[in-house]
Parts: sequence; C-alpha cells; structure tokens
Amino acid sequence: MAEKLLEIENLTAGFLTMSGTVKATEQVSISIDKGQTVCLVGESGSGKSVTSLAIMRLIDYSGGAILDGSIKFRGEDLTKRSQAEMIQTRGNKIAMIFQDPMSSLNPVFTVGDQIAESIMLHRKKGKKEARKMAVDMLRLVGIPAPEIRAKQYPHELSGGMCQRVVIAIALACEPDLLIADEPTTALDVTVQAQILDLLRSLQKELGMSILMITHDMGVAAEMADRIAVMYAGIIVEEGSASDIFARPSHPYTEGLLKSVPGLEGARGEELFTIKGNIPGLSQLPEGCRFHPRCPHAKEICREKAPPAFTVKGDHHAACWMYMGDGGEAGWTIESIPEVSR
Amino acid sequence: MNTDNLLELRGVKKYFPIRSGLLNRVVGQVKAVDDITLSIRKGETFGLVGESGCGKSTLGRVVLNLHKATEGEVNFNGTDVQKLTGQELRRLRKEMQIIFQDPFGSLNPRFLVKDIIGEPLRLHERMTEREIDIRVVELMELVGLDATRRNRYPNEFSGGQRQRIGIARAIALNPQFIVADEAVSALDVSVQSQVINLLMKLQRELGLTFLFIAHGLNVVRHISDRVGVMYLGKIVELAPTEELFARPLHPYTAALLSAIPRPDPTRKRERIVLQGDVPSPANPPSGCRFHPRCPAAKAKCSVDEPKLRELGDGRQVACHFPLEAGSIG
Repeated sequence: MAEKLLEIENLTAGFLTMSGTVKATEQVSISIDKGQTVCLVGESGSGKSVTSLAIMRLIDYSGGAILDGSIKFRGEDLTKRSQAEMIQTRGNKIAMIFQDPMSSLNPVFTVGDQIAESIMLHRKKGKKEARKMAVDMLRLVGIPAPEIRAKQYPHELSGGMCQRVVIAIALACEPDLLIADEPTTALDVTVQAQILDLLRSLQKELGMSILMITHDMGVAAEMADRIAVMYAGIIVEEGSASDIFARPSHPYTEGLLKSVPGLEGARGEELFTIKGNIPGLSQLPEGCRFHPRCPHAKEICREKAPPAFTVKGDHHAACWMYMGDGGEAGWTIESIPEVSR
Repeated sequence: MNTDNLLELRGVKKYFPIRSGLLNRVVGQVKAVDDITLSIRKGETFGLVGESGCGKSTLGRVVLNLHKATEGEVNFNGTDVQKLTGQELRRLRKEMQIIFQDPFGSLNPRFLVKDIIGEPLRLHERMTEREIDIRVVELMELVGLDATRRNRYPNEFSGGQRQRIGIARAIALNPQFIVADEAVSALDVSVQSQVINLLMKLQRELGLTFLFIAHGLNVVRHISDRVGVMYLGKIVELAPTEELFARPLHPYTAALLSAIPRPDPTRKRERIVLQGDVPSPANPPSGCRFHPRCPAAKAKCSVDEPKLRELGDGRQVACHFPLEAGSIG
C-alpha cells in the first residue's frame, strides 16, 4: 500500500452570506498518495477551487469557512490547526500555484527576490544564499540565462516564463504536495505543453504529489493517476484515470467527454450537449444535483441524492445507476425501481 | 474579383506605432498583421488559429473596418471597404457583425436585454417600437432564449445565455458576414457545445459566412471549412480543414496540433515541444519568423523569408521545407 499523503474526508466548505450559508462543496472525500497526481475536474462553480483553498486554509481569508469534515495531511488534521500553525505548512510543505501567472507575482520586485523571499522565510537562509538558490530554482524550471532573468521584473517576462517563476517559488521549499489550480488555462497550447512537461519531470525529480485542478479532460488525461469529477459542489465520479476514460460512469462525466469536439472523426455534425445550465449554489436542485440535466433521470433521482456507489474496484460514481451490486452486476438505469412520491 | 468570394484581402498590413521619449516620436512598429492575402467564400466558415499575440484578432478588426489597414485592400462583395465613408459605410456595417469573446464585458449591464438586441435595429432600420419588439422576440427564440425574459438585465443570465444574447444582437440586421472572435472560448465545455451547435444552425438557416477566430483547435476543426494558421502576423499555412489536421505541412502547424492534450490516457504522446516563446512582433526574427523555434530549420530559413505559395488542392504554405515534401515536389 502506498503511503497516504493527504486524506480529505467529508469536507463541507462554504461561505456565510446575508441570506444564509452557501455550501460550495459538500461531503468531498479525496485521498492522495505520495508521488501521485490527482486531478480535480469540473466546470466553473463546481467547487474545485474552494476545495483547494480549504486544504490551504486560505478559505478563511476569502470569507468562507470549513463547516465539516477533516483534511489529514501526513495523518494530522489541518482543520484543527490555528492560522499561525498553518503558516509553517503553507508554502513549506504544501505549495500552491494559480491560474494567472501575471497577477500571482508582485510587479515591483524582481523575480529572483520573490523566489528568495520564500526561501528566506521557510528555510531560514541568509539573503545571499537565498539569492543563489533562487537562480538555481530558475535553472531547474528551465529558464534560460537564469542569472540575468533573476534580476528582471515580471513584466519583462512572457506569460509562460512567469508561470515557470511561479512554479519555482512554489517548489523552492521542496513541498510534499503541490496544488496547481488551473496552471495552464491562461497559456497557449504550445506553452501549456511545455509547462505540463515541466511539472511531470519535476515531480519525478522531487517525488512530490500534485493535486491539479482543471476543467480540461485532455489535461487530466495527460497528468492524472486518479481523477475526481466535481459537479455543483460534490464529487460525482472518482477513479483511476484509465478507468474513467475507458468507462466514464456518471452521466455528467460521459457528457463532458462527449461534448468536446475531437481532433479525429466527423466534423460539422451536431455536437452532443448537456442540456440546461450549471445550477447556482443557492438554488441547487433536490435529489441528485445533476438530475435536471441528466438524460437518464428517474423518479428516485429527483427525490434522493445518490451516495457514491462502486462501479468496479476503486472506481466510484454517485449515481443511482450503480445501486446494489454496482455496475458489474448489470444494473442499468432502466432497471432501477421507480420510487413513487 | 471571384464572385464566389464574399471577402478578399490583398496584401493587408496593420502596423501599430511604438511611441517613446519626450517628443513622443515613433521609435518602432508592431507588425500585428503583416502582408496577408486571403479570400473567404460565400457561406463558408473560415477558421483562423494561432497563439496569443499572433495578430488574429487584429486581422478580424481590420476586416470589419474597425481598424484601418496600414496598407492593402479589403474587398467585401467587390467594394473596397476602406474607401467607404458616410452613408455607404453605414450600409456596409449592417452586413458585417462581430461576436465577442467575453459574454460579461460585451453587454452593457445597464441595458435591458431587449434594448441590447434591439439597438442595432434602432440604429439602422426605420422600425416602430412595436416592430422592434416583435423582431427581438423572434431573435431570442431563434437563438434559444426565453423571450419572456427580454425585460431583464444581462446579470440575470448565465455565461452561455449571455453569449446567445450577443449572437442575437449580431444577427439582428440579417448580416451576410460575422466575425466570431473567440466566441466560445470563455464558456464551460457543457455550454460551449450548445453555442457551437447554435452557430452551425444559424449558418445553415441564414446562409451566414463566418470568420471564426479561436485558439481552441478542436473547436475550429469542428466548425470550419478551411483553416488559416497565423504566426507573428503572417499566415503560415492555409488549407481545407480535413487536410490541415490530417497532414500539416508547416512545422508550426504540426507542433500546434501535437501540443493539444487529448482526452485519452492510453494514447502515446508524440509531442513536438517548441522551445522558447513567441518572439515580439515589434522585432520579428529575420528570414522565416518561425526559424528560431523550428525543429527543422536550416541555414536558408534564417536569411530568406518564405512566401505563402500554392501547393494545389487549395493548400498554401509558407515554408522552404514543408513536411512530407516528397509528395509535393
């Protein structure tokens, strides 16, 4: 059994508003092994970023709170820690990179100083040594002429370079876990390919785990060992990357994969669509949250939210289709008994 | 002018001056669009792809006469749009419309939806308020919006619905030609496919011609009849969609295609990872603009600039050593 690095159990996090508590995630459970890459996939408003902010306990600063559940990092519950204690972990043991590299960097400091800052803070090094290590970090993330680049400001670097700098800052303290929130969404495809390659090779070199948040199933297919698909605040399907792509089991996952036009096959035909829109968090439907958009929705889906059923092995889906012995036993949506109101 | 062509660009350039210093002198030029010749046929969708900063949006704006070209001709239906003024230009504007990327920024938050969609009608047509209202209802139904919600503000609509409002506004005047500038890029995948289907339906029903500008190559492949690939202000390859994706000739096109992440973890990666970044269009490299990043560059590439040349079957490429050169001769 591989060593568990992070175990999130039944995490419910949300925001306190004038009109009551809005739960952005509900009963989210994810675990990440050492050296593993887990991708959290979902559309906007699915709660994937809130989950990552909760792990970092940064949600407290965004007007939100962890309402229930535990986040165990190396066996220790992060939700029980004070913010002062979190400072020791955040940036040091768990680092995070964000979507927009330009706004994650401070425009008035050189990139070298920004990397050195994190090294001085967490690894108690002197200024001179930290600066030298910063140059080494820039070299590690593949920036040419790192000595010169270290003395430049973010505006002198391209978007792809800035994202490399952000990665250098995140990795400067050799974290055990890197949370990457849509790290390549703002970048062009050719630069995205560079950054994904970089993350993969750095992971091999440093042996860290990655929790990657993305809306792109293509990126998830390239990076992930395991995938968790989120919809409207809950995990609807979870399993190994190969299982999920070979056999997408939740109707939402299936719809996501089918609605993206491919690079092979027919063109110009009508694309598969998931009807309707993503519900707002304050007006979530009763029962299964996906049922108003689901082509297979039955009576029971309108009434009761499905728990996570086993599809096969460690592949789970929160859909009534897999009630009973699970998908292998031959349950189909048609065979689910209708529940009368 | 070929009568099958709705739009013809000849040697179009758009340079933006760089000013600097106390006297605000022009110290350089950003060559956003540099010598582009292409034609778009009636009823087709022409896809324009390229990375950010390659000039694809600038080209779209030059076509619509929102930017005046520095040099070159833009012929729409046989008339040079840049020579038009006053009434004639107004009449032309009815025929060409644009759909923007950002469904939040492109709609005035203080306008009711019926006023957003009705605005072009008020500007261009002599219609009574009642006629405008009837037309707005018709347009909203055409793009799949609930017309009873026309008395609401855009903030009450989701991203996908707002993009439909933008589309309804664009087709309000029955234009012949629409520039869709990253029209689906900001949308979530489950909503994106709905809007793509809508655009294709409108094209069939209204006989529209599209210039579809996007960086999402899979979407461009799905919707376009022909595709042009831009790099640093130039078209480097132009071909019918099927051929371009199956058999790219320019090394840049090949690299671009190989960089797209595929939703299939079992697929072997044969990726061409380009080194470095796109150079600045203010100071493009000598010779072929792609040569510093090209995996197949030879000595000639850094000196001689390759011209966009015809290779038969409607394919054009600007490369001295196109891939699969044997079959081209």
